[in-house]
Amino acid sequence: MTPRILIVASLFGLALPALALAATTGEVPVEGMPQLAFGHPEQGRFLVANVVWLFILFGLLYVLMANYALPRVASVLAERQARIEADLEQAQAAKQRADAALAEHQAATARARAEAQAAIATATQQAQAETTVREEALNARLAAQIDAAEQRIATSRDAAMGALRTVAADAAEALVARLTGSTDRAAVERAVGTELAARGQA
Amino acid sequence: MAAEGKAIDALSQFELAPVLGIVGDSVGFTQSNAHMLLAVVLITALMVYGMAQRAVIPGRLQALAESAYEFVHGLVTEQVGEEGRKFFPFVFSLFMFVLFGNLLGLLPYAFTFTSHIAVTFGLAFVVFVLITVVALAIHGTKFFGYFFPEGAPIWLAPIIVPVEIVSYLSRPISLSIRLFANMVAGHVMLKVFATFILLIGGLGVIGPFVAVLPLAINVALVGFELLVAFLQAYVFAILTCIYLHDAVHLH
Repeated sequence: MTPRILIVASLFGLALPALALAATTGEVPVEGMPQLAFGHPEQGRFLVANVVWLFILFGLLYVLMANYALPRVASVLAERQARIEADLEQAQAAKQRADAALAEHQAATARARAEAQAAIATATQQAQAETTVREEALNARLAAQIDAAEQRIATSRDAAMGALRTVAADAAEALVARLTGSTDRAAVERAVGTELAARGQA
Repeated sequence: MAAEGKAIDALSQFELAPVLGIVGDSVGFTQSNAHMLLAVVLITALMVYGMAQRAVIPGRLQALAESAYEFVHGLVTEQVGEEGRKFFPFVFSLFMFVLFGNLLGLLPYAFTFTSHIAVTFGLAFVVFVLITVVALAIHGTKFFGYFFPEGAPIWLAPIIVPVEIVSYLSRPISLSIRLFANMVAGHVMLKVFATFILLIGGLGVIGPFVAVLPLAINVALVGFELLVAFLQAYVFAILTCIYLHDAVHLH
């Protein structure tokens, strides 16, 4: 593109001096402003011709601009406008898609969180229920063991208390035998029983 | 040609001279018309060759062509409105033709065809005929109501109507003289100061040093003339748009 511009520019640079040299000056001197020298034998003719050529050349320019040059520029500008609009539309659509994807993602996150929380709540409840059941079972077992132990204690105590009476009777009998030399087993046992009852240990 | 004797000749640059020898002489094809043809070729080249690639991201030449298009398009749609669309090619041609005429005239050896009152009046006359025909075509006889604004007291009509008619008829004159006078004044100034450079530069030993002053002025003037070239093309185009607005909407 650049060398062609240089060629055009250099041709153009040559054109102006060529035009100046090609112009032939007249012999009759011009009085006053040449633009108004309508009465001059040569200039007057050229002034009129100048206007005629102006109309021809300006008309040519108008025809060229109106029919060829300007519609081309208009079509290029319209093309660019259409392309920009299409690109903007595409960008808009892409943005909408991105927004939708984001919304979907957010909804999915919220759903997952809700699900997770529900799962946690269920698990907690289940665990609590299990704990309660196990606690109850443990308590029941412990209570049973305590009961059994208490019973065993009571039995042992009763047995011990029973043995105590025999031991006390034996000891009392032995004492009586040592002191008196004779024993009455039944009387001794009676006395022991009376004594124990009196101490509240029967 | 710059200085004949002691006189400063700033006007001979506007003389028309035929080109292309006997052919140009017989059809009156002068260097002015050659520059018009050059402007037409350059504008067409810019708009057709510049847009040839039809790139989505424009290069420099295409960006230039597109900004010219969008500048004038904005001008027309802003001033005339949506109805102005069909006048866009005309205003665009007018703007580019005047702009290229002004700019080409600033190049060395070049001729400024917009420095001729016949040319600028020719263009202004085309504008004038266009706005009048458009106004008549759209509004018919109601167009003549343009010369008497609604709501004005009827006894003012003898004053208002002639004033409005004169102001309407003076449009092509002011349009053409503005452009013509600006271009002539600029080129006369350039020529006068350029002549000063030569005259003062020849005055002995000190001459060349003093001649730097008119040279500096000319350098500044060229920059100023570039501004004027754009500005006058813009003014021509925007006034055309304003007149078209009046023709389409009647006030």
